[in-house]
Amino acid sequence: MNTQSLSQPVSTSLPSVEDHRKMHVVVVGHVDHGKSTFVGRLLNDTDSLPNGKIEQVRKNCAIEGMEFEYAFLLDALIEEQEQNITIDTTRIFFRTKQRAYAIIDAPGHKEFLKNMVTGAASASAALLLIDAKEGVMDQSRRHAFLLSLLGVKQLVVLVNKMDLVDHSESTYQKIVAEYSAFLKTLGLTAVHFIPIAAKHGENVVDRSAKMAWWKGPTVTEALDNFAHEDDLTGLPLRLPVSDIYRFDHRRIIAGRVEAGAIRPGDELIFQPGGRRSTVRTFEDWPGPESRSVVGTGGSASVTLSEQIFVERGQVASHPANQPRVGREFRARIFWLGKEPLVQNKTYRLRLLTQNVDAVIAKIIKVTDASTLESKEAASVPRDSICEVIVRATRNIAYDLHSECPITGRFALEEGGRIHGGGIILDAVSKSEGPSGKVTASERGARAGHPPAVVWFTGLSGSGKSTIAEAVERRLFDAGRNVIRVDGDDLRVSLNRDLGFSAADRAESVRRASAVAGLFAGTGHITLVTLIAPLAADRAKARAALANHTFIEVFVDAPLAVCESRDVKGLYAKARRGEIAEFTGISSPYEAPESPEVHIKTDKTSQEEAVDLVLSAIDKILQGKGEDWEV
Amino acid sequence: MSRNAQNDHLTRLEQTSIHVFREAFANFRSVCMPWSMGKDSNVLIWLARKAFCGKIPFPLLHIDTTYEFPEMYEFREKAKVIHGIDLIVRVNEDAIRRGIGYATHDPVTVTHELKTVPFKAAIDEFKWDALVTGIRRDEDPTRAKERWFSPRSAEGNWDYKDQPPEFWGQFASTAPEGGHVRVQPLLEWTELDIWEYIRRENIPNPTLYFARDGKRFRSLGCHPITHPVDSPASNIDEVIEELKLTKTSERAGRAQDHVGRNSMQELRAKGFM
Ligand SMILES: Nc1nc2c(ncn2[C@@H]2O[C@H](COP(=O)(O)OP(=O)(O)OP(=O)(O)O)[C@@H](O)[C@H]2O)c(=O)[nH]1
Ligand SMILES: [Mg+2]
Repeated sequence: MNTQSLSQPVSTSLPSVEDHRKMHVVVVGHVDHGKSTFVGRLLNDTDSLPNGKIEQVRKNCAIEGMEFEYAFLLDALIEEQEQNITIDTTRIFFRTKQRAYAIIDAPGHKEFLKNMVTGAASASAALLLIDAKEGVMDQSRRHAFLLSLLGVKQLVVLVNKMDLVDHSESTYQKIVAEYSAFLKTLGLTAVHFIPIAAKHGENVVDRSAKMAWWKGPTVTEALDNFAHEDDLTGLPLRLPVSDIYRFDHRRIIAGRVEAGAIRPGDELIFQPGGRRSTVRTFEDWPGPESRSVVGTGGSASVTLSEQIFVERGQVASHPANQPRVGREFRARIFWLGKEPLVQNKTYRLRLLTQNVDAVIAKIIKVTDASTLESKEAASVPRDSICEVIVRATRNIAYDLHSECPITGRFALEEGGRIHGGGIILDAVSKSEGPSGKVTASERGARAGHPPAVVWFTGLSGSGKSTIAEAVERRLFDAGRNVIRVDGDDLRVSLNRDLGFSAADRAESVRRASAVAGLFAGTGHITLVTLIAPLAADRAKARAALANHTFIEVFVDAPLAVCESRDVKGLYAKARRGEIAEFTGISSPYEAPESPEVHIKTDKTSQEEAVDLVLSAIDKILQGKGEDWEV
Repeated sequence: MSRNAQNDHLTRLEQTSIHVFREAFANFRSVCMPWSMGKDSNVLIWLARKAFCGKIPFPLLHIDTTYEFPEMYEFREKAKVIHGIDLIVRVNEDAIRRGIGYATHDPVTVTHELKTVPFKAAIDEFKWDALVTGIRRDEDPTRAKERWFSPRSAEGNWDYKDQPPEFWGQFASTAPEGGHVRVQPLLEWTELDIWEYIRRENIPNPTLYFARDGKRFRSLGCHPITHPVDSPASNIDEVIEELKLTKTSERAGRAQDHVGRNSMQELRAKGFM
């Protein structure tokens, strides 16, 4: 065994392989109907087995005193061979002259339906075997139902073991009639029903002389006619966030494009949450260039133009074509759990990278996947199909399965293990959706960012309004909901009745904070510019706004500087005694001890000051994002 | 081939593997990647660097049986620098003191003592809950039954009779109590895919894979039980052309796979990769 000759003349006329993508085909059907035998035979007859493989299996069979089975090429587990049964899915790669395949041999025993689902879910086409002698059985029907739910639309039925029914065309026709009627009720059609005898290789690769009546294709011919699944690149972009990488100075949003395509410069909206930003770069390694577009199936490493809060689970899309955001929908579920699925019980719902608690709010009906009989019930036994209302504990981004299959399906998990899967049929109407008072976080979700109050304090003429106006412009242009509440404006409206006494100043601060609270309550980033000279008053404002993020900005300019600027001529008036109790001249200003932002306007340019405030807002909103429920 | 050709076969495999890497890193507390320095392992490193934009954010583990080919040790040091690898090396010193070795013991025992035992000890020491492995479904019929994320018990056992379902990109996200999850990004790749990708991406590899004096290694393990095959393929193009025509299985040169009726299943159920 040490040295085997691998050297063979290199042929220059290899069959040209047109399509390098592997076609994934699952082989399903009732237990013992010959699936593994068929796959073994297919490998053998297409000359796809390594040298000596058949001899090795024959030898092992002889040692164990078992009859040789082609199925043993697949059923490699000792337990499988002893019981002559497939336990878990095997995936075998092989190629016809035309293209490469991954053939997935699924188990037929009802104990192992979860393994059949695992195999079938990754297939684009299916071969379903029916034993000609035994006819259509339980799992023949159940497997077809699951194929329809899993979205495997291309189906060829193989009527196997024709040798056991004397290759009779009428027996074949009876099965075709019965089974096509069943498929029709599921909305499925089989491209062909091919009569075969897998064990003897009849109509698998080679045409059977014993079934001269069969004019249709052999199995390999039918295989080569399966089409690859539609590329979803034409659909709207769906990029679920898998992770945020901060391994170096870069902040990279990592995810796989599940539908559509993404390009640098694209504006993105992240749902749920609704924050927006623009794709700055793709950080492809090893570079130096990165891709100019990432299509469906591609992994993207995105940096954004703005440092918005993004987390695993959110789905990025283009603003014009967003997924739905909601928490309640009707779904069709296949349940594989040992314990039944129970109404009103909470499970983990996993949809793309989202992972949330969800309640089965109602079981509408339970269908026996074999008889197709439906009934109402409060629980769903293993291996059945049901229709339910699912209510997640918080909003998720999704599509209807009919709109975008990949974002319209989910898995249900309990105790760290997946027990079922489902497809989303429709959203539950608003009236059945969340009820009660509209919460601040719901408003924030619509705005796409949490609210905040930014309080600019400082002497008259220190530059509060100038800086606040510039900050407002920047936030507004970035798409934020922002509003400014200016002390001078309030003086001539809401605070017209107030003067400059300590009591009036306290009342003015109280009113301004009430107004700021209302605006913040609507989801706005609220910029307040008010001298608010007394520490005690400012502390009260902070306390009154405790529900919101509060950022105190101390606009710090020496009195002499403010006085020399004297934009409004107020200092001059105060010096002349025309204004009483003027802050800094005839009334005290208590400088904040630990403001969130401290701007020394005599040392900092206006742009720098604006950046300082913006980065503080960003940092605080980012930090808050972790527990900011949308 | 254009870098934007998303649909070519190798790019599809690559992108799926990157997705598996990223999901693993997002899901598990502490990830480690065993590294054999063989071709599959080196492709894994490459894919991990692509997944994480240049730098692998978790350690690699080399279980040194002390029977590696000398060239492999040289390659290890070189690759460590090229890829900026955080490398942990472990040897079962105790077994070596007890005289366990190929000269005196059968390959299954030596593999168990020098690979599986120190491997489990390292897992106990570092408490990793996910291990990234380079196994492929085309290598062996039991590997053909593997999942992308495959839970292992605290004893390292693979419960192949009751594997969790896995569909629609949803993987087993939690490790069993005291156990870990094997993450297997290369499952869908074939030996030929690996070499075509190495060629396309120019991934560093040991030169033992290329023929010297008419022999080359197709799979690399401990030197006493890994045998070269007759082959004139002395560079990557020739290896690829040879694989397109060969009908000999890749691990034919690995002795421990061929003892008893299903030694691979037994080895793997007990924690061998
Ligand atoms: N006579 C005859 N026997 C067949 C044919 N195909 C399969 N068999 C036999 O049917 C039995 C079951 O075959 P398997 O291939 O193991 O069946 P399976 O569908 O894979 O079974 P599970 O995977 O356990 O569901 C074996 O004994 C085969 O030899 C056939 O065309 N003719
Ligand atoms: Mg079978």
